[in-house]
Amino acid sequence: MNGETEGRDEKAGRVQKHSKNGSEKPGWANGLRQLYDTVVNEPLPDNFKDLLSKLDDQD
Amino acid sequence: MAKHERTATDKADFKRELTDVVPHLRAFARGLCGRADMADDLVQEALLKAWAAQERFEPGTSMRAWTFVILRNAYLTDMRRNRFRGEYDENVAERILTAPAGQEEPIHLSDMHRALLTLPAERREALLLVGAGGFSYEEAANICGCAVGTIKSRVGRARAALNSMLDEGSIPQRSIDDQGAHRAILEELDEVAMGNGQAAARD
Repeated sequence: MNGETEGRDEKAGRVQKHSKNGSEKPGWANGLRQLYDTVVNEPLPDNFKDLLSKLDDQD
Repeated sequence: MAKHERTATDKADFKRELTDVVPHLRAFARGLCGRADMADDLVQEALLKAWAAQERFEPGTSMRAWTFVILRNAYLTDMRRNRFRGEYDENVAERILTAPAGQEEPIHLSDMHRALLTLPAERREALLLVGAGGFSYEEAANICGCAVGTIKSRVGRARAALNSMLDEGSIPQRSIDDQGAHRAILEELDEVAMGNGQAAARD
């Protein structure tokens, strides 16, 4: 979905195509983590803030 | 585990921890279902369930692992009810799995995501938990309600598949358009859903 924006940043968006010197970690392993971290680092949308603030009233 | 009335402090602590894991829930959900709006709906559903079940959370244990189980159960239930299916094969697959034409250079995160979404659900979630979420095999096994060996094998297969797709540059462009492959994925998902034996945060 956000692949386009994720891919734009040179550093964050590109993943090494091949692993270095045959190490166990494939070149894309870092990309998997980046994919996850990109979402983790997104600012929280307002509807989540609303939902969280309403939780207390829900008992 | 002793039952006790939850004080205002307990609730405040719970809520703080719950709030802290929301970004992680969003990331996990995005990896599972591939579309940001559906993923966020799923997270909201999981948050409400977690809040309602808060007395079952043991303080001091991992809130992230506990809520991931709830999110996962919500995802599997929704999938079984076909909530995502129709939209998934007709729109999402089209949008996500159609590769931009003629770009085969370095691997981009969009390729990564597309490749990830072609994996069977159980392998995708195992890889997400271990390779992206940083869970140990043991923790991932707990979250998925299966044996550690099963998780290891799923992660291994997922890695092998991604290796051939990404390192060898053979990302399927529209593999989910292939009816057979798509059906196989859904069938596999049904098995995962039926076999999901996790008790910790079952709702």
